[in-house]
Amino acid sequence: MTTVPAKDDQEDIEATGGSGIADDPSEISLDPGAVLADSGVEELLATLDAELVGLAPVKTRIREIAALLLVEKLRAQVGLSAGPPSLHMSFTGNPGTGKTTIAMRMAEILHRLGYVRKGHVVAVTRDDLVGQYIGHTAPKTREVLKKAMGGVLFIDEAYYLYRPENERDYGQESIEILLQVMENQRDDLVVILAGYHDRMDRFFESNPGIRSRIAHHIDFPDYTLDELLAIARLMLDQMHYRLSVEAEAALVEYIELRRSQPSFANARSIRNALDRARLRQANRLVARRGQELTREELMTIEAQDIRASRVFGEEVQEPEAAVDDSAVRPS
Amino acid sequence: MNQHHTSSSTGGAGASLDSADRYAAGVLKYAQMGYWDPDYEPKETDILALFRITPQVGVDPEEAAAAVAGESSTATWTVVWTDRLTAADTYRAKAYRVEPVPGSQDQHFAWIAYDLDLFEPGSIANLTASIIGNVFGFKPLKALRLEDMRFPAAFVKTFDGPPTGIVVERERLDKYGRPLLGATTKPKLGLSGRNYGRVVYEALRGGLDFTKDDENINSQPFMHWRDRFLFCMEAVNRASAATGEVKGHYLNVTAATMEDMYERAEFARDLGSVIVMIDLVIGYTAIQSMSKWARRNDMILHLHRAGHGTYTRQKTHGVSFRVISKWMRLAGVDHIHAGTVVGKLEGDPDMVQGYYDVLREPHNDENLRRGIYFEQDWAGLRKVMPVASGGIHAGQMHQLLTYLGEDVVLQFGGGTIGHPMGISAGATANRVALEAMILARNEGRDIWEEGPQILADAARDCSPLKAALDTWGEITFDYTSTDTPDFVPTATPA
Amino acid sequence: MRITQGTFSFLPDLTDDQIRAQIEYSLAQGWALSVEYTDDPHPRNTYWEMFGMPMFDLRDAAGVMAEIASARATFPDHYIKVNAFDSTHGVESLRLSFIVNRPEREPGFALVREEAAGRSIRYTVRSYAVDRPEGERYG
Repeated sequence: MTTVPAKDDQEDIEATGGSGIADDPSEISLDPGAVLADSGVEELLATLDAELVGLAPVKTRIREIAALLLVEKLRAQVGLSAGPPSLHMSFTGNPGTGKTTIAMRMAEILHRLGYVRKGHVVAVTRDDLVGQYIGHTAPKTREVLKKAMGGVLFIDEAYYLYRPENERDYGQESIEILLQVMENQRDDLVVILAGYHDRMDRFFESNPGIRSRIAHHIDFPDYTLDELLAIARLMLDQMHYRLSVEAEAALVEYIELRRSQPSFANARSIRNALDRARLRQANRLVARRGQELTREELMTIEAQDIRASRVFGEEVQEPEAAVDDSAVRPS
Repeated sequence: MNQHHTSSSTGGAGASLDSADRYAAGVLKYAQMGYWDPDYEPKETDILALFRITPQVGVDPEEAAAAVAGESSTATWTVVWTDRLTAADTYRAKAYRVEPVPGSQDQHFAWIAYDLDLFEPGSIANLTASIIGNVFGFKPLKALRLEDMRFPAAFVKTFDGPPTGIVVERERLDKYGRPLLGATTKPKLGLSGRNYGRVVYEALRGGLDFTKDDENINSQPFMHWRDRFLFCMEAVNRASAATGEVKGHYLNVTAATMEDMYERAEFARDLGSVIVMIDLVIGYTAIQSMSKWARRNDMILHLHRAGHGTYTRQKTHGVSFRVISKWMRLAGVDHIHAGTVVGKLEGDPDMVQGYYDVLREPHNDENLRRGIYFEQDWAGLRKVMPVASGGIHAGQMHQLLTYLGEDVVLQFGGGTIGHPMGISAGATANRVALEAMILARNEGRDIWEEGPQILADAARDCSPLKAALDTWGEITFDYTSTDTPDFVPTATPA
Repeated sequence: MRITQGTFSFLPDLTDDQIRAQIEYSLAQGWALSVEYTDDPHPRNTYWEMFGMPMFDLRDAAGVMAEIASARATFPDHYIKVNAFDSTHGVESLRLSFIVNRPEREPGFALVREEAAGRSIRYTVRSYAVDRPEGERYG
């Protein structure tokens, strides 16, 4: 389990009844633009667009949800409340498509609009919720829920909670407690369930109670080749690396090959590939002892640093073997 | 041979001499004897002292500082050859810094370092015999004040410190999150044991945590000490059963001899008291003895600072109360009266907060505004609970809490016993005012600004508090303090 | 009688909103909260029963409020208190402790006096409630 604090942890927005409505409605503008700017949500959405590559449909859905919540807030101020809205969500998509990142941004948006009081994210998997023996699960699940109160509970690969093949599985107990809290403590907690699209579908089919409490389904598409390349450039840029022209061509080839292999995890696979390329680059440079290295050389990932990957199916094994290999090759 | 100066002669501080000249028979300036060493870098294990010196006219400040260093360590008025049988360079205290006091014509601060080996471990008597033993009567000085001291961790560790300390006191009493409340039985002299116990019972049942003997209640014709103890403990236990709370009365065991004090303390213990009390006038050795006794007997040890005003109050001469506070934390008391800021007794806010820091913090950083001149690590020594007593009342609760914080005993003697609806109602008024203020502070309200309103609101549910506010709401003691910080332009208004 | 243990016993019983505010304050200080209950509120009964484990790493009072609600539902006629624990070096103890539930009728305590030598008395504070077995004392 990991807890990510809200960006602005000091400035807790007072949420009353989950709607963030001030006591005196006359103090609040009914101009959506003004409220967006006031709450800082506009700014947040803008950074979302700027900092995250691709995800166009996801970004659209986030904007829609933010708009809905904003209008709910304005409606409540003039007495048109539809009752506390259900905010629980499901994020479906393959690994590495940005679900956790978006969950953290979502928590911030909910916090700024006053729908959650603290805005932190508690990310868990089945192991954090479900116990090993009778009587273990309920306290475990409750402890996690207590920690997530005031923020967002992000359950990754939520379908593992439900194991129909074992009728005594403790996961069911956890689901029941979750359901209660999702229904009765909407003001205190927003739950986001995440996982592969098809497996989540099956999970919802078997657990209609959960499905009926999910207000927003967001599907995360796989990244395109160009997007993955852009992500790679962004990551390298943040670490002060660059690709040589040949290395970039190699990376394109690498991505095409890697996508067709099993267990491809989008951005996460790119991150791993780059980490290994950095290892190889370092070994290549160290092998040249006795020579002064230039700043340029220290920054540059060369084609060989990428092509040594076993994805290319040639000579080498990952990652140490490749490293040793490249160390003895002339450069 | 030209070094036959008197110590009060004019002229420069004088350079150090080679050993033949240094130890020739006769009289040397203290500075020449090596007690002034501006290049000296204090060691971590040195004990440091800061004195405020007012030299006689014609005595230069470095020589005066050297004289203080000399007279508080190894020197005598003339050169002695027997110095050469010792590691005199080590044992000699060194004045290493002298600066004029800001805004003053004739006063200087003098920093002096003492080697750790000059002192017996764990003895305040030995420490004070050196540091304030002879030097305060020394003729070349018009006046002398010990402002602050720094004790190395190695020295601190030779003391047991407070027998109970703030944390354990709260755990024993099961009272958290708020200052404790007390009151001194009044009138301080003349009540019979039976009537005295009545005051104790009413005050404790009404909501106070502690009541207290005054400093001069010992064993007088109107009430012998055993009667006082018996009636007070009946009152304490009755009040405890009536409220379900742990209650206590500081039974003053101050007496003429250690044997008498032990006898009284043992009787208090046998009757089930959680706390006994001593006066500062019993002396440092007796205080350390009683501290050891309290430790052996699971007893909280309350110290009344009777007599301190004779040497702490005047700014130019004596010993600052912050030094007394440090000594008492080492000697090992659990409670000590340390000022109220807003009450009837002397106490500039900055100075008083400085004393509280010394008593309560695990570590003090230098804080000139609060008169703390040295960084001090207390090396895990327990914390002393300061007691604020003298002319304070429920209407000042927001000020008291702001200035003094949570770990303090607030003693409302007159403010309890003088309540128009009776002692018990007076106690209730104080307790309600306190709890309402803590509640509001924790809710994030600005108690400094909203304090009077918070009290007024609480008084709606509590007629004793209403009566207290009506009686004393406007009473303040606004006199200029005599002991004020040197490093702010003016004294902070109370 | 009314037992006046705890930080706020002289005030009218705290409302849930007031309790929540105290818990939020405690969480903001970085303190851990715990809920305890007893039917033997003797002034020196240090160890009340723990209602679940102390709650570390919480961000919001809602979790503690749920525990309090659950404790009240389970033990409506017991004394229940909330403690805030500070693990700071040099403290490592409670910083706040207040009652959030008490039985409707509080019988209080007897003071038992045993005459000893001279005029001395040995005092025992005895809870009337403990005349009855645990779990059957109030209500």
